[in-house]
Amino acid sequence: MSLMPDPTFYPSPKMAMQAPPERLAYVALLNAGKNGQCDAMGVIDLDPRSAGYGRLVGQTDFPRGDNELHHFGWNACSACLCPQAPHPHMERRYLIVPGIGSSRIYILDTKPDPKQPKIVKVIEPEEFIKKTGYTSPHTIHCGPDCIYGSALGSATGDGPGGIFLMDANTFELKGQWEQDRGPQQLAYDFWWHLGHDTMITSEWGTPNMVKDGVNPELLLAGKYGHKIHIWDLDKRRHEQEIDLGAEQQWVLELRPSHDPNKAYGFVGVGISLKDLSSSIWMWYREDGAKKGKWAVRKVIEIPAEPADPEKLPPLLKGFKAVPPLVTDINLSLDDRFLYVSCWGTGEFIQYDVSDPANPKKTGSVYLGGIVRRAAHPNKPKQALNGGPQMVEISRDGKRVYFTNSLYAPWDEQIYPDGVKSWMVKLDADPKGGMKIDEKFFVEFDGLRAHQVRLEGGDASSDSYCYSEAR
Amino acid sequence: MTHAEMGSTALWLMLLLGAYHGINPGMGWLFAVALGMQEQKESAVATALVPIALGHALSIGIVVLAAAFLGMALPQEAIRYSVAALLFGLGISSLVRHYHPRWVRMRVGFRDLTIWSFLMASAHGAGLMLLPVLLGSSTVEAAGRMAGHHHTSAAASPVVALLATAVHTAAYLAVTGLIAWVVYSKFGLAVLRKAWLNFNLVWAVALVITSVVTLLM
Repeated sequence: MSLMPDPTFYPSPKMAMQAPPERLAYVALLNAGKNGQCDAMGVIDLDPRSAGYGRLVGQTDFPRGDNELHHFGWNACSACLCPQAPHPHMERRYLIVPGIGSSRIYILDTKPDPKQPKIVKVIEPEEFIKKTGYTSPHTIHCGPDCIYGSALGSATGDGPGGIFLMDANTFELKGQWEQDRGPQQLAYDFWWHLGHDTMITSEWGTPNMVKDGVNPELLLAGKYGHKIHIWDLDKRRHEQEIDLGAEQQWVLELRPSHDPNKAYGFVGVGISLKDLSSSIWMWYREDGAKKGKWAVRKVIEIPAEPADPEKLPPLLKGFKAVPPLVTDINLSLDDRFLYVSCWGTGEFIQYDVSDPANPKKTGSVYLGGIVRRAAHPNKPKQALNGGPQMVEISRDGKRVYFTNSLYAPWDEQIYPDGVKSWMVKLDADPKGGMKIDEKFFVEFDGLRAHQVRLEGGDASSDSYCYSEAR
Repeated sequence: MTHAEMGSTALWLMLLLGAYHGINPGMGWLFAVALGMQEQKESAVATALVPIALGHALSIGIVVLAAAFLGMALPQEAIRYSVAALLFGLGISSLVRHYHPRWVRMRVGFRDLTIWSFLMASAHGAGLMLLPVLLGSSTVEAAGRMAGHHHTSAAASPVVALLATAVHTAAYLAVTGLIAWVVYSKFGLAVLRKAWLNFNLVWAVALVITSVVTLLM
């Protein structure tokens, strides 16, 4: 415990935007080749004045290679400043790294050597299952009272998936979060509106539905997730189920407005069975910001692109089109720009969402893609595979980073030649627009890069309790 | 009932402890500021202070009243040692780790806020911290009365306990209200990042020191 607050905690998102630029990124690296290599946490140098800029400058190997590391998070963040039970003298120091393939959770200490995080605790699958009743831990968020995580399935690998809790000091699992889950079965992402005591959860599929690849029968029958769920964050009770329609499959990343007074957010949908399009939906409170039921509306639709079947993987040949496959989205801290990854077409799009119900496309770049294979300006002759995927935004909103792998069993179906992994950086214009940083092109040898976390926090690591939008 | 019966030193100590509790962001003013920002009006800060002060007073009042009644039945030494032990235990445990009551709700009404403030004050041993002062005060009082024929109680009387609660809460409310208002309308929350001393650490040390003083009294 320190005597003054952790300097990386900010009361409001507006203040967090004044934070100094990040110098390091932590990137989950997973062994997809089953080639005896281990999973790892990679450390990338982001300081443009450093000799190692845009390079892997540290790597912590995990003892195993079966984890399928996904959306890891910090032990503590700006939510520690929340007024209900403030504990600002925690340190943002430990990374909580869940494996959806193994149901194992690693705790990494970044303090002794930020470029070489140390594994200080491992929660084995047996313990995870015994204490939470869940498998496949997926997303980690630090909350005002403890660490929250989502998990895809029950102990048997079927539904229900849900939310579990972990003590932020001891990293002891504290069991399932839900008091009453109502009709909720499928799980994936979660986040909250702290100022509205509301949690939102989304739906992908149970571990058994996803671990062997996309199941075309389940997909065409509309059996993957197509709903979001609204919960009372305090009472841990299911309040409302909102169905986007069975044709909207894979309701994935949830990005609530960062301003705790606002009551809207965005969720990305992977694919529509009607026309292979992807879409972004806005959820919002119907009767003003304070009370009332929640509703959704589609605010962005990204169409599939016609394609030569020769260039498509077996799964898509019959459709003669490339679906955009929106797999990740992210919202800048001022709630102004929404970034959208189209993993199928290789497009990465920036929207101005100042008016959240009417997004305006303000920028677009192409990298990789099933058909396009767009190259990076750093190596213009090298065709890239994979596409824009896990995206992270700096706190000041000026830099955007993303990697190109999705989920090993699905990577093989969509990119059968094997995703060769890379990470890129874009410079974003505060007025709109973005361009690729030519000097920043990280290639990973044999390991696949997934979630990125930035030193000191980023646009999806922290939640805030104070609104400065007066 | 006059101030003299509580002793002017005890009175000042009550005021000081009230102010000390009021300064702690986790004890009230910060939540009031957050609610002002939620409602986007200054009056919401003031409205929040009423239940916050009430909850604090309830927590303090219950502890000092309980001690007063126990004091009628038990010898003063027993009370003194138990208070010292409780303070010491609480202090050490908060030195090891900061425990805070689980509370997530941000949309709170009068009742919620009263309960919240009660829980926060109780969990931090706010009432316990007052007991040594009251014990000390009653020792002086008792010594003074030895000359007379009154039966003397070991701890403060229930009336003194209530008076102490009122004085303490008034000081607490004044300070927490002032800070809430200044932060909300003048400084803004950036001040938190620079001036938020680790009160839980200071608090824990204060608990331990108080327990030692109690023993030495």
